[in-house]
Amino acid sequence: MTASLSELSTYLGEKLIGRVNDAVIAYGELTVHVEPRDLVEVMTFLRDDARCQFISIIDVCGADYPSRAKRFDVVYHLLSPKQNVRIRVKVQADEETMVPSITGVYPGADWFERETYDLYGVLFSGHPDLRRLLTDYGFEGHPLRKDFPLTGFVEVRYDDEAKRVIYEPVELKQEFRNFDFLSPWEGTDYVLPGDEKAKTN
Amino acid sequence: MAETSVRNFNINFGPQHPAAHGVLRLVLELDGEVVDRVDPHIGLLHRGTEKLIEAKTYLQAIPYFDRLDYCAPMNQEHAFALAAERLLGIDVPKRGQLIRVLYCEIGRIMSHILNVTTQAMDVGALTPPLWGFVEREKLMVFYERASGSRMHAAYFRPGGVHQDLPQKLVEDIGKWIDPFLKSIDDLDALLTGNRIFKQRNVDIGTVSLADAWAWGFSGVMVRGSGAPWDLRKSQPYECYSEMDFDIPIGKNGDCFDRYLVRMEEMRQSAKIMRQCVDLLLGKESTGPVSNLDGKVVPPKRQAMKRSMEALIHHFKLYTEGYRVPAGEVYAAVEAPKGEFGVYLVSDGSNKPYRCKLRAPGFAHLQAMDFLCRGHMLADVTAVLGSLDIVFGEVDR
Repeated sequence: MTASLSELSTYLGEKLIGRVNDAVIAYGELTVHVEPRDLVEVMTFLRDDARCQFISIIDVCGADYPSRAKRFDVVYHLLSPKQNVRIRVKVQADEETMVPSITGVYPGADWFERETYDLYGVLFSGHPDLRRLLTDYGFEGHPLRKDFPLTGFVEVRYDDEAKRVIYEPVELKQEFRNFDFLSPWEGTDYVLPGDEKAKTN
Repeated sequence: MAETSVRNFNINFGPQHPAAHGVLRLVLELDGEVVDRVDPHIGLLHRGTEKLIEAKTYLQAIPYFDRLDYCAPMNQEHAFALAAERLLGIDVPKRGQLIRVLYCEIGRIMSHILNVTTQAMDVGALTPPLWGFVEREKLMVFYERASGSRMHAAYFRPGGVHQDLPQKLVEDIGKWIDPFLKSIDDLDALLTGNRIFKQRNVDIGTVSLADAWAWGFSGVMVRGSGAPWDLRKSQPYECYSEMDFDIPIGKNGDCFDRYLVRMEEMRQSAKIMRQCVDLLLGKESTGPVSNLDGKVVPPKRQAMKRSMEALIHHFKLYTEGYRVPAGEVYAAVEAPKGEFGVYLVSDGSNKPYRCKLRAPGFAHLQAMDFLCRGHMLADVTAVLGSLDIVFGEVDR
């Protein structure tokens, strides 16, 4: 399996010279890194080339690495049923970079790109209908970003007086406790109830 | 003749419609009774599973998978367990693999019974769900006897399965198979030749194979269109490569072929279950059900009574959890509805950095516009029924 992957990797390196930045094989999977401007071309090649035939789009998703200059990864998973191989294509982006949409190459990328836009705020150029998909109507923010709090900002309830569902800022009955088990000797960074003065004197 | 202005008619289908299979809202644009455009609105059951998993340890993430496709909970856990195992570099003992395969096939039958019979209900038949749910209920009891819960099992864990199966349970599963094949034949006799069922399903929602691949379809949706593609055969995981079973495929890619493929798959699943039961009672009747690496799999309660080490490990594994080496993997299983994949990114800590759930129903549902355009309004429910949509996994 790994032998055929490295063959495919060198083949792609030869055919797509200058477009494939970096090809890595790890855990028996091939990952190639591509610049946004070359994405559509590379995807079309992967779909149409006789040795690739990645005709099935499996998944498009985002990933957030806030410490990087270009914080988002857009990750494409493709499957070639003829060759029985999978490939992962990665593109880096930030809040402003436009990633070209591949809905022209794979119609099935439509919702996956909408989802990535919805959850991460990655913008896709040329997408026919880039609306929010999973979050609420009128939702603000991009919830899967690492700087978006787990508890969110608003909560909803039915208001008896207004006779409709209303939005309010989140109010937690108990503080959200993030146990940090990884550094047991330093303790947690929240204050235990009744323990507020422990460190002051 | 005077020209009259005709305007298209917009209707809202769901989210409270019984044929919407949960909380789907379809905005349909109708030209008379012909569907011009379908705009599915999803996300009404969005719970932020991926975000929640990022805040939990690997073990705590497992119960979320039961709540994705709640018709076949363990198949989802399986994908996550495979992904975590690949990053950890551990394998599952043979008996554990057999139990996993056995329960995956139980899940497949549970899901297919639900789908086939409710598809019949969507097109107007009431008896099939009543008959099918009898068998389905028995399967849920098997779930409960293995894991303690009818649906939210949390039974497949990285390294193996949580508990060994009692011998009596394996015997009971073995005894269930033959009566089940009989009741599948009854269901077959009720539906396959039925004139109304055929009128509603034959040549409805036809997909060519090229379209099916390009739209990201998987599972029954590509097999119904004629691709002999099943991850259990083509990219085998666990001990599927040692099992003897066939992959049914359709010819026309319409709703009726997909129904036939599901019916045959249930029989093939029963065949796999038979082989698992025989092995679990015979050659593999003893042995560990999960990996023996004490740094990943918690010790048994028995050991904790006597061993200090076991007690410490138990405490550490259920609080801190285990650290998973940095890296990224994509693990996919052939879930009843298609390819369910988990793209897992680890940063070397005890929590997943990113866990993308690739749900088959999501890719299938986005093609609703493509599938239904030009069909009649009544066909929308037939197409939706044969897509096998469950909102737990579509909305995540």
